Amino acid sequence: MIKLGFVYVLAGLMFAGFGVFSLGDRKNPKRFGNAAFWGLVGLSFLAGDQLGDLGDGFLVLGLALLAGLGLVGRGQPSTTSPAERLALSQRLGNRLFLPALMLPLVVALGILLLKPIQLGGVHLMDPKQATLISLALAVILALAAALILLRQPLESPLQEGRRLVDTVGWAALLPQFLAALGAVFAIAGVGKEIGILVTTYLPVDTPLAAVSVYCLGMAGFTMLMGNAFAAFPVLTGGVGLPILVTHFGGNPAVVASIGMLCGFCGTLMTPLAANFNLVPPALLEIPDRYAVIKTQIPTALLMLIVNTVLMYVLAFR
Amino acid sequence: MLILLGVLVVVAGFAARLNPLLVVVVAALTSGWFAGLSPLAVIAVFGKAFNANRFVSTAYLVLPLVGVLERAGLRERAAAIIARLPGVSAGRLLLSYMALRQLTTAIGLQPIAGQAHTIRPLIAPMAEAAAEGPDGVLEPDTRLAIRAMAAATDNIAVFFSEDIFIAMGSVLLIAGFLTSSGIALDPIKISVWAIPTALASFAIHAVRLMLFDRLVARRTKS
Repeated sequence: MIKLGFVYVLAGLMFAGFGVFSLGDRKNPKRFGNAAFWGLVGLSFLAGDQLGDLGDGFLVLGLALLAGLGLVGRGQPSTTSPAERLALSQRLGNRLFLPALMLPLVVALGILLLKPIQLGGVHLMDPKQATLISLALAVILALAAALILLRQPLESPLQEGRRLVDTVGWAALLPQFLAALGAVFAIAGVGKEIGILVTTYLPVDTPLAAVSVYCLGMAGFTMLMGNAFAAFPVLTGGVGLPILVTHFGGNPAVVASIGMLCGFCGTLMTPLAANFNLVPPALLEIPDRYAVIKTQIPTALLMLIVNTVLMYVLAFR
Repeated sequence: MLILLGVLVVVAGFAARLNPLLVVVVAALTSGWFAGLSPLAVIAVFGKAFNANRFVSTAYLVLPLVGVLERAGLRERAAAIIARLPGVSAGRLLLSYMALRQLTTAIGLQPIAGQAHTIRPLIAPMAEAAAEGPDGVLEPDTRLAIRAMAAATDNIAVFFSEDIFIAMGSVLLIAGFLTSSGIALDPIKISVWAIPTALASFAIHAVRLMLFDRLVARRTKS
């Protein structure tokens, strides 16, 4: 059975490769910082389970210090010039799309066809991790196709990957940092504390007021925690179930389903959901870190109103 | 109450645009300290959680592939194809992408596209090319606005259609939470109530994209 460990080894080797190539990049004045940063990320993927909790904790501190002290810069791997790319694109034509389309195709095949396959009662891949495993397999196959079909140099995957990861820089690790912060907050009881504040000080004495408190609370709490999944149990346990469902007789499926979607409106508006909101502007080389959030806010606010109205109309029919 | 200072550290640190990795570590230490944990214990909890959440960063596995394709001219090719098509605008292109993205996500194929493997190498350059004049000129601010809209469209499409798929993590989380609260529900009963929101999000974002097209047209003319 292929397990998540396979994906981690692959990611570890990739990040370690970024570190090694960073070290040889004499055009980057911060090359030692880059090498240390990506090397540590690689180490975390390859040996995180062996380092122990405290060891992992110091590894994370190391990453934060390298980033915070400004020791991580942007590497300058040699790549093709804009003129060369234009010429290549004209010469290679639509062949360029083959590896690009292979990726989604193999991912879809993996999820739909390979996931259910069992050999002698053992799954071909861990069904819980089928998505990530399919993605890893798809990347390997599509890369092989790209190197052969488009005749790209053998070292180009690591050099080009390093070029892209350096455009994101240390922010690439922010989503994982925030996920870990969520775990610390959970242990410290931050969610419970906010839930008490919401249910104690906000009005919930009519269905409309209670629906509004629950919907706005899901969005606002998600913005503070960066994750609708953290907000959902607190507010649904505090307002959704006891007041909307038990007291006012609302339909629990409607309340819970639309409540989660109100949380997603919050996700669109918070920098704490870094993988959706802060990594994309870096990947797209937009200087304003908050450009994507600002673009999402109008749709998110309108959807929050729509969701509140939908819940009020559908839950109490 | 003092536990909440950790949240305050995050909000203040992000607002002051300090390095977010450091802000996150300080926030963890603050909340942990007021919850009665020693700094060393917080570091261990943080390290354990970081290690358990490595799957979050596996998304970057697509970067070498995207980089190699860019090196060989994929973005240029994608832009050239769009430039040849008449009647394509940035807004209309993004709306078609949104429709496709919502339909595939609703049947559980959310991972086939994404910010790193579709928006950067394909959709953003295509949308930029659709807005460019025949001479390839586009005002820098408009180009950045189109990129941000492309990224936002992917997020919005996914967020408001993923809960239609019953095996999605959030649907299972809802079902699990309700079950543990004494309300047993088939996940399909939860996912059907995500459909009205999905339709509304498409309508609202469609209007925004059409308005966006007008804005782009006005900016490219002047």
